[in-house]
Amino acid sequence: MALEFLQHLVNGLSLGSIYALIALGYTMVFGVLKLINFAHGDVYMIGAFVGYFSARFFRFDDHSSLTGLFVTLGCAMSGSAALAFLIERFAYRPLRKAPRVNLLITAVGVSLFLQFTGQLVFGSDPKFFPQVYVPTGDWSYGELKINVLQVVVFGISILLMGLLQFIVFKTRLGRAMRAVSFNHDLASLMGIPTQKIISITFMIGSALAGAAGVLVGLIYPKIDPLMGVMPGLKCFVAAVLGGIGNITGAVVGALILGMAEELLVGYWAPTYRDALAFAILILILLFRPTGLFGVNRTEKV
Amino acid sequence: MRTYTSRFTSSLIILALMGTLFSTSGCKKARPPSESSESATLSGGAGTPGSQDVIRIGEVGSMTGSEATFGISTHMGISLAIKQINAAGGVKGKKLEVLTLDDQGKPEEAATAVTKLITQNQVAAILGEVASSRSIAMAPIAQGHKVPMITPSSTNPRVTEQGDYIFRVCFIDPFQGTVMAKFAAESLKVKKVAILKDVKNDYSVGLAKYFTETFIKLGGEILVEQSFSSGDIDFKSQLTSIRAKKPEAIFIPGYYTEVGLIARQARELGLTVPLMGGDGWDSPKLKEIGGVALNNSYYSNHYSAEDKSPEVQGFITEFQKAFHVIPDGMAAMGYDAAKVLADSMNRAKSLNAQDVRDAIAATKNYQGVTGKITLDEKRNAIKSAVVLKVENGEARYQQTINP
Repeated sequence: MALEFLQHLVNGLSLGSIYALIALGYTMVFGVLKLINFAHGDVYMIGAFVGYFSARFFRFDDHSSLTGLFVTLGCAMSGSAALAFLIERFAYRPLRKAPRVNLLITAVGVSLFLQFTGQLVFGSDPKFFPQVYVPTGDWSYGELKINVLQVVVFGISILLMGLLQFIVFKTRLGRAMRAVSFNHDLASLMGIPTQKIISITFMIGSALAGAAGVLVGLIYPKIDPLMGVMPGLKCFVAAVLGGIGNITGAVVGALILGMAEELLVGYWAPTYRDALAFAILILILLFRPTGLFGVNRTEKV
Repeated sequence: MRTYTSRFTSSLIILALMGTLFSTSGCKKARPPSESSESATLSGGAGTPGSQDVIRIGEVGSMTGSEATFGISTHMGISLAIKQINAAGGVKGKKLEVLTLDDQGKPEEAATAVTKLITQNQVAAILGEVASSRSIAMAPIAQGHKVPMITPSSTNPRVTEQGDYIFRVCFIDPFQGTVMAKFAAESLKVKKVAILKDVKNDYSVGLAKYFTETFIKLGGEILVEQSFSSGDIDFKSQLTSIRAKKPEAIFIPGYYTEVGLIARQARELGLTVPLMGGDGWDSPKLKEIGGVALNNSYYSNHYSAEDKSPEVQGFITEFQKAFHVIPDGMAAMGYDAAKVLADSMNRAKSLNAQDVRDAIAATKNYQGVTGKITLDEKRNAIKSAVVLKVENGEARYQQTINP
């Protein structure tokens, strides 16, 4: 019984760590632009597809290796970052001075654009993600089975989150990002190239989503052009749960959501899996609209 | 600042929910069937509208979407049948022409497509769909316009209950459920089984129910019944709960995309027991997604490509000549459905809908690829089923179970 519970937690952690990577993008973009980037889930989808095509191009599925995994990750992250640059430059930047609602509606538009372009270009049937890295064996303790792939995916997520934490809090770029998130005008008066920083923030957030796309492809090897819709919305909830704009909050929120989902499905009602995220959203808005970590303004990006 | 953030967040939430609405309604309008009507040329020659010497038949299938191979395989089977029928002189001296519409695997698109085929293209009969949920959406429309509809491989009983113009050339799920329950109890000799079904799918829910009924009658026990929704990718929590009950086998009446993922995750969790399923597993994509995780799995199907009978081997040779792949069960069912329709039209007194309907209903001992087809008074075919075993991606013939 206890081991079954632990197994659910392990599954939840591995799902939650992927949610976390996506949620971080929401929170970072919100930090600098006060914009919920609804196209974020679809950037994650594009990341998965860039990974899919690059892995097939380099023929990594023939002989699996860690190198293959990292090259695929690299391609997917740069692909999503490039896409994010284009989205920010051509869809959001022209609206910088417009009311924020315009920006939000544009984000929904970009999201639909990516979904249907995806269906047109890739086809709407699911693709099988190449198994670029297939570790053998698993760690088990009685009933408790921990798959090496799950551990690798979890490790990579943690590594990327650590890297992000380092960039935001220990580098000049990070300081600039924090300054921009605090106040655009003041930041530019201090000599910070605001536009450039916003663009870079977008790209970093999207690169993380692209990485999530590849990691999902590894554990759940089925990708399709609408795969970003649900995770996109759920990770937005995770970001709100943690306190949108807050990096630690996004990670914690995503891990909570992942584990809550696994426990709900495992013990109670599997069909309410997608409803859970929205139930959490309603509760958090009713009782703590700023989220779990949404008080400390100075830590926001 | 705090109140500002919270008020702002709340207004964003409203927009977020609106966004969801937008995107779902947007999905439905993704590709209206009218656009995909150009796929009619797939089956050779769109034909001139209103010409007197062709009989138009409408086909609705999932050419794209998560069950794309169902539609594509069925379409290949139908195309081959139509080509052979036309080469042999057609029906009552007229050539057959198939108009194919893609429903993207969505019931609402299937309903739109069948309406368009009947009202705009004025087809004489409808072939399709594979998935029961979509056939159930189409049947009332065909019935309402009194256009005969034959579904090649929808096995849920409710499909033909929609009216007397709706037929099928495959067996139904009460039988298919019995087949796997018998196989589990008698051949695999298991007593304790867990079920993992797709609650969004009429076929899956029905099959799970019929399996349970027979299996309990045979002295077995259903330890736990878990569910998922089509489109899910993570099944580990359901499987973890199933594992805790220590079943001797798991029955998964789903479609191949989900089944492949479930098999993988089951093996990752250390569940090595046999997995069982129905004809929804039948797809070349199954092994691509599931891989070696599917070893030690069994499913019921309409036919086996390893069958040595001349009908089956002849069909496979012709099929490979045309498409360079080995036909799966859906292709064989599509082929049989088109052949039964043509045969009935030949027997019918005239080509008006009532006569064609009566002729289809009178189908008796028609020798198809998937066995002898006789339609009963409920317009269902009474046929035997085969059980296949998955071994390193190949579906090997295991045994035949008769009704």
